[in-house]
Amino acid sequence: MPTALVIDDSSATRMILARILTEIGYTVEKAENGADGLEKLNAMPKPELVMVDWNMPVMNGYEFIQNARALPQYDDVTLMMVTTETEIEQVLKALEAGANEYVMKPFTKDVIHEKLILLGLGAR
Amino acid sequence: MALNPADFAYLANYVKSSTAIILTPDKDYLVESRLAPVARRVGVNGIAELVGALRKNSSPHSEIGQLISEAMTTNETYFFRDVKPFDVLKTTLLPEAIERRSQDRTLNIWSAACSSGQESYSIAMTIKEHFPQLSNWRVRLFATDISKSMVERTREGIFSQIEINRGLPATMLVKYFTKSGSEWRVKPDLTKMVEASTMNLAGQWPLLPRMDIVFLRNVLIYFDLDTKRAIMKKVVTSLSKGGTLLLGGSETTMNVSSDFDRLPSGDSFYYKLKESAALPNSAHARGVRFGTSPAMTSQTLS
Repeated sequence: MPTALVIDDSSATRMILARILTEIGYTVEKAENGADGLEKLNAMPKPELVMVDWNMPVMNGYEFIQNARALPQYDDVTLMMVTTETEIEQVLKALEAGANEYVMKPFTKDVIHEKLILLGLGAR
Repeated sequence: MALNPADFAYLANYVKSSTAIILTPDKDYLVESRLAPVARRVGVNGIAELVGALRKNSSPHSEIGQLISEAMTTNETYFFRDVKPFDVLKTTLLPEAIERRSQDRTLNIWSAACSSGQESYSIAMTIKEHFPQLSNWRVRLFATDISKSMVERTREGIFSQIEINRGLPATMLVKYFTKSGSEWRVKPDLTKMVEASTMNLAGQWPLLPRMDIVFLRNVLIYFDLDTKRAIMKKVVTSLSKGGTLLLGGSETTMNVSSDFDRLPSGDSFYYKLKESAALPNSAHARGVRFGTSPAMTSQTLS
């Protein structure tokens, strides 16, 4: 069973994303900010997918992506930014830092499914 | 408030005659949800009064008739919907069509029932991303829909945040869109590729340019068998020799048309016009201007 990591400082968003991913067969770990996310990333079996918010205390999602992409063992982990940041410059910045996909909040379950299918990580 | 059986039957007959969409009595919830906003818009008190107003002016060209027809069509769509058809387009249909058309260097691709245009722009992005050799070809992407408002939206290429969240890779968002307030606009080099016009698939068709690839996805499911067969007959005559067709995931030519071979591509498939079904190609047919013929602006509905 593939694993995923959901990083968001909102417990409601963590719960919603975790539920969507669990429904399609992921085992899900959760973290409350980027630093917590890096710790979980190192402690858990290598995930197939990480969904990460941008604006969080301690370490934001952009810094998380920069840190995760600096670690070669996570080169093949799919990183998806899920954020309220909706400017094109932000999307570009996230992609340049190493994000594979970008979802703008608010999102629906369909949005997440459609993005996962795009990434070849769809329903299994 | 639910319609009485006589009003429902009248409405269902009207919708079938204007759009060929079949409304069975179990679709009363759909009628309620789709037509309540129309009733409010035209200023009548509920759907029964709306049907009463339709009875007084049931021409499909009347404003009320058009609003009802448009409201009863389904406009669910998103970018790169189902993904696989666009893989088939990239790996098989476009390379084959490029080979077939290498002499006259023109390509005609049709998104039938285009809704708000996501399919047309997904085709355009696929071409831009993967087929730079087509930059000096004449590539025409035709987009048609029964709904005037959907055609207008397709032509404008403006999408909401919710719409660009659906199916569009972020790499393509930053490359082919600009943000204007809360709206996302397709860049002009894509909008200029798309020619959008109103057209009722179940009505009389205008003279169409001969198509190399047709996207007819998730639309036949709304029609009865006779209408499906009639539409497919006309699709056959609209295709160039060797032309190809993509249907929706739950649709098939089985029992509808015997003029296509179902061929595999990767882990998906497509339909190719049989040699025996192809009409002779003619330069005139390929060069037809689209959307300007009298038949296009004044359709005869079946």
